[in-house]
Amino acid sequence: MSAPRAAELAEGTELEPFTDKPLTVTDFVRYQGASGDMNPAHHDTEFAQRAGFPTPFAVGMLQAGVLATYLTDQFGASAIRRIKVQWKEQAWPGDVLTYRATVVGTRHEDGQHYVDLEATVTRQTGGVHLIGWATFVVEP
Amino acid sequence: MSTTEQKAGAPFRMVVEMGKIREFARATKSGNPEYLEVENPVAPATFLVTSAFWQNTRGGNQAGSGFTSYERVLHGAQEFIFHGEPPRAGTALTVQARPGPSYEKTGRRGGVMKFHETVTEYRDETGRLVAEAHGTIIETSQAPTGGTDK
Repeated sequence: MSAPRAAELAEGTELEPFTDKPLTVTDFVRYQGASGDMNPAHHDTEFAQRAGFPTPFAVGMLQAGVLATYLTDQFGASAIRRIKVQWKEQAWPGDVLTYRATVVGTRHEDGQHYVDLEATVTRQTGGVHLIGWATFVVEP
Repeated sequence: MSTTEQKAGAPFRMVVEMGKIREFARATKSGNPEYLEVENPVAPATFLVTSAFWQNTRGGNQAGSGFTSYERVLHGAQEFIFHGEPPRAGTALTVQARPGPSYEKTGRRGGVMKFHETVTEYRDETGRLVAEAHGTIIETSQAPTGGTDK
């Protein structure tokens, strides 16, 4: 990995955005099988409608995972130290989501350099699906 | 507040497995060789949710959160903290979940939302705290009605 170094990560630096393919229920099912969260609201239309939703909706943790993929692809899988997500509006099958991240700052603590990032995942409507924060260890 | 229904979960064992890491990495749309092409990959950043498979309960991964119905439950926030690199395949973790704060808010549409936080600690064979998960579950008093109801 040639991850960016602390010296290259000025506050406000924006990472190259990532736009995913349209979400499918198959994405949800695959993630649910992998994660063990079998909430039927993400794949069972009748169940979702009984619960008041028009259709099954996206598994929030899938997008959290894809956000982690987006960030670890750039900073390294073993370099992550923190990721937090907070969900805003739901995402739905067919949604095209764009992942973005911005450098909040870099720190030097206990002999390590860290970069702190803020992220957003937005729908094609402009609506925000989730906001996130992440911290990675970086080279000086 | 509804703390009376909340209990710390019993500790349980979870082995971080290479095949599960690869399955999880692909499900989260990763092509990263650090997960897919090495013999002792680190776990992906949100992988520890798979502790659900090691826990003797149905489905969910929120031990001790006290909710009872999927139809009224939303996941509000989730955080993973790693004290060092994420655990690698082959690591046997001891997982212990305990309830964090619970509180109520009134939603935009007048329903009461109960927030339940859960803190889960993951320790390696030496007892070292390698990771923590902090989850917030929102229990609604009425069905959400679509796109923006959180």
